[in-house]
Amino acid sequence: MDVGNKTADPFPGEVHPTAGGGIVVSKLDEIINWARSNSLWPLVFGTSCCAIEMMSTAGAKYDWSRFGFEVARATPRQADVIVIAGTIVNKMAPVLKRLYDQMADPKYVIAMGACATSGGPFFYNTYSVVKGADHVIPVDVYIAGCPPRPEALLHALITLQEKIRSGATREQIKVEKP
Amino acid sequence: MTKEELKSRLGELLPSATFEEGTEWTTIMIDPSAWKGIARQLRFTPGLDLDYLFCLSCVDWKTHFTMVYHMESTLHRHILVVKAKLDRSDPEIATVSDIWRTAEFHEREAYDLFGVRFTDHPDLRRLFMTEEWKGWPLRKDYEDPVNMIKL
Repeated sequence: MDVGNKTADPFPGEVHPTAGGGIVVSKLDEIINWARSNSLWPLVFGTSCCAIEMMSTAGAKYDWSRFGFEVARATPRQADVIVIAGTIVNKMAPVLKRLYDQMADPKYVIAMGACATSGGPFFYNTYSVVKGADHVIPVDVYIAGCPPRPEALLHALITLQEKIRSGATREQIKVEKP
Repeated sequence: MTKEELKSRLGELLPSATFEEGTEWTTIMIDPSAWKGIARQLRFTPGLDLDYLFCLSCVDWKTHFTMVYHMESTLHRHILVVKAKLDRSDPEIATVSDIWRTAEFHEREAYDLFGVRFTDHPDLRRLFMTEEWKGWPLRKDYEDPVNMIKL
């Protein structure tokens, strides 16, 4: 395993070799976070062109399964992460909120692209667009771009993994880095 | 039918209509009060058979509205565009939802976003906006101080 690469973090803990095998000493919290970060199931949710890039990222060429985003779930009850891929309009906002509420804890949110981050190209002179998905649900990672390339989405997903592995909650991170 | 054939045929059939020059598709301008009869002729006249209304739109020119109807004959493969100028303060035109069924929802959309009233439409309600919404969002002079940030 390539230990130098952050995305391929080894199992947390130390191995003490003994006769006929070994003993692993670790922290349960770290193991749980390691497991969670390597098995994030995204929700099938896309509202505009960012969803095309998201599908490309899920496809064979970029293949986000390599990083543990194995199966996109069509129900929020089985999903861990929601990638807000596209514009959120006022009519969609309550739907997004309900999907988020239906997801089981722990749950994570990625705001993909300009629309989900701030309303983007629809910030001015529009009657229908929510100016940032974080008006509706809390967001863990933001990605710039319109739409972002698949590499950018992969980077955001890996950033989310690092965030989960660090063990800090969203509130803790906000306090530590004002 | 070729563009020239279509044009000469329409010239005979609709003497009141004027042609718009320099367009990709044959385009006629008509008087909105005559629209219902013209629509029926375009749809049912043998040789024209414009049986497919593939686009229905409204344009706000600030001084007036223009209703634009794109239609095609699946039989003869010719395309025709019909434009009708509407009064901006009282936009009203006859529905064609009984001729082309697809117009029912397209007209609801034009009503919803521009406030064009389609007379004799079977179900003229809001389509995208909520029932209690005030105003017509796609008009150029639309103001919404709650949702809109002006630039």
